[in-house]
Amino acid sequence: MQKKLFTIIAFTENRIGLLNRITIIFTRRHINIESLTTSECEVEGVHRFTITTRTTKERAVKVVQQIDKLVEVIKASLHEEEETVYQELALYKVDARQIAENGLFTAFLNTIKKYDAHIQTATDDYIIIEKVGRRVEVFMLLDALKEYHVLEFAKSGRVAMTRSANDLDQYLRDVEARVAEEAHEVGV
Amino acid sequence: MSTQAPHAAYKMKTLPRTMTGAEAVVASLLEEGVDTIFGYPGGAIMPVYDAFYDYQDRLRHILVRHEQGAVHAAQGYARVSNRVGVCIATSGPGATNLITGIADAQVDSTPLVCITGQVGSHLLGTDAFQETDVIGISMPVTKWNYQITKAEEIPAAFAKAFYIARSGRPGPVLLDITKDAQFKTLDFTYAPCTGIRSYAPYPKSRPDDVIAAAALINSAKKPYILAGHGILLSQAQEEFKAFVEKTGIPVASTLMGLSALPCDHPLYVGYLGMHGNYAPNVKTNEADVIIAVGMRFDDRVTGDLSRYAKQARVIHIEIDPSEINKNVKAEVAINADAKEALLALMPHVQERSHDAWIGEFKALDKIEHEKVIVKDFALPENSIKMANVVERISRKTKGEAIVVTDVGQHQMVTSRYYAYRGQDNNVTSGGLGTMGFALPAAIGAKFARPDEEVIAIIGDGGFQMTLQELGTIFQENTGVKIVLLNNNFLGMVRQWQQLFFDRRYSSVEMKNPDFIKITEGFGLKARKIEHPSELDGAIDEMLAHDGPYFLEVVVEREENVFPMVPTGASVAEIRLE
Repeated sequence: MQKKLFTIIAFTENRIGLLNRITIIFTRRHINIESLTTSECEVEGVHRFTITTRTTKERAVKVVQQIDKLVEVIKASLHEEEETVYQELALYKVDARQIAENGLFTAFLNTIKKYDAHIQTATDDYIIIEKVGRRVEVFMLLDALKEYHVLEFAKSGRVAMTRSANDLDQYLRDVEARVAEEAHEVGV
Repeated sequence: MSTQAPHAAYKMKTLPRTMTGAEAVVASLLEEGVDTIFGYPGGAIMPVYDAFYDYQDRLRHILVRHEQGAVHAAQGYARVSNRVGVCIATSGPGATNLITGIADAQVDSTPLVCITGQVGSHLLGTDAFQETDVIGISMPVTKWNYQITKAEEIPAAFAKAFYIARSGRPGPVLLDITKDAQFKTLDFTYAPCTGIRSYAPYPKSRPDDVIAAAALINSAKKPYILAGHGILLSQAQEEFKAFVEKTGIPVASTLMGLSALPCDHPLYVGYLGMHGNYAPNVKTNEADVIIAVGMRFDDRVTGDLSRYAKQARVIHIEIDPSEINKNVKAEVAINADAKEALLALMPHVQERSHDAWIGEFKALDKIEHEKVIVKDFALPENSIKMANVVERISRKTKGEAIVVTDVGQHQMVTSRYYAYRGQDNNVTSGGLGTMGFALPAAIGAKFARPDEEVIAIIGDGGFQMTLQELGTIFQENTGVKIVLLNNNFLGMVRQWQQLFFDRRYSSVEMKNPDFIKITEGFGLKARKIEHPSELDGAIDEMLAHDGPYFLEVVVEREENVFPMVPTGASVAEIRLE
């Protein structure tokens, strides 16, 4: 089976140590995490994990099941590239002195324009470029900037959403109703 | 985690009172119906031990001799009683000594709550005396864990811990309590946890799946049931028996599922897996429909997966969704508790019988009998074979004793020849295969069911791993019967070295001590036998004795356990010699 890039989205309670619990699921299976983003989401108190990993579909399915099984994970799902809308952010620090000395400023600005990036910070020593876009575009710009001597490159994880119109808030309300119902069944 | 814990449902039971965190630990345990805990004190857990002092009439604490003994005892207790086992230890080495047992409970789905003391919260992360990151260390081997740093967190944390440990697929939970949380005071109110929004332990069976499964079962020509631990965890023995008798389908059991159906039931065809019976293994690759109930297709059962039951259409009844399609592809999966699934299936399955198919199993049984069993039960004049010891114990206890086995050849022999008939009477370390498990687990089992016979069957290797727990037996006068099958070898490893490593016996020969002197030193009645003529009398004496008894049986040095499915082989390639 061939390896592909998958995106895993998990909605969780906001707990110390849960990140650790999720990542050891990958370590245990000798699977590398390519990127990991966590943040708050639209529902208060619920946290969102976006993880990308390159593996076979079979292994990805099993990893997601293990994540979903964790007590503090509300829901985890697996998505292929085509099923998600995503963006990644990158910063590139370029040597300003070298550009000035070699008269490359115009060429440099045209490169930035071509890749739809923009200048974030400019000093006499360095210029920081910022680009938001798909992964492949981020790396194409990095390649193009090589001739200008890249001092530093940093990239964020993925911020991703599925292409379906799901409603986490409604899901949580359904879940909470079920929990309350089970409490009633137990005989409060 | 807030005291309000809005994401878990609670029901209020008691009135608020002011008490210390340590007392709140005791009060929470009492609220959860705990009356016995196994543990070992130390600096970071001393406030809790001080609180125990005032509740000795209601909460019995058994002092073990090593924290590993505490966790295995809690496991034995839980296995035979279907209650949550509780153990307690101090920080640092006390906590890390629990890890083996916690890992064992995790893989064998045993409900445990393990309490560890921890240094004061201001010292966390400073490499303080006896400080370890037990939350980090236990994460991969617990169902859930939590570090309590404030006294007011204690009641809700305990409620959540017990709920998680016992619900759905049971498992071990660890609570790490900092010393300052034990000293500080809180207003104690307790509300048992009845639900957690992010956790759905009881999936309900879906009617479509049930109907599809029933259709497969009704049209099957060679149906076969694989019975696992899930039936026992679900307490579904009655429902299972009814299902089996209505459908007339032969049943084989995994190691952990032994006694799901009594061994003498006409539809029970034997024990599956690496050292299981011949017919159950071979017939797996001839069945057209396989119904797996509460079992997870562990590699000891399946052998080489690429040649396991490829011809069969598999129905998997399993409460843990991540086990479905993990190892074996299921055509129909009923993701539910075993009892619920079996009850849902009953009205849809037809009454049938499969005499000819079952007859095929019996034919293969004959071969196993001739090639293996007869040899196992041979009666050499001057040496004792393991099967004879187990079979006689089985007969004399009518298959109704609680039998706790350690790990190795003796474990396989006992699984093959003890005819389990009672409920929740089989206690062994299955998934992890932890040597040293049996002695402390037997102690725990005896505390859970004190009026029943508890017999630990142990090898000379495993016995020496935890024999310090003889001290616990001595102090508590725990009436367990210990049978040591002594071949002066690490038998199972020796067998593999004989079969696969050209008899190169690398570090498997044991120069053993005088076990009788040791056990008598611990105050037990002890006896050693070497001659077959002594066997019957010794077992009778052991069973008749009131109180703990140690029987060392010197067995043949180089006996091998057959049948065997070697690693990487197909179940159909099971070796008879």
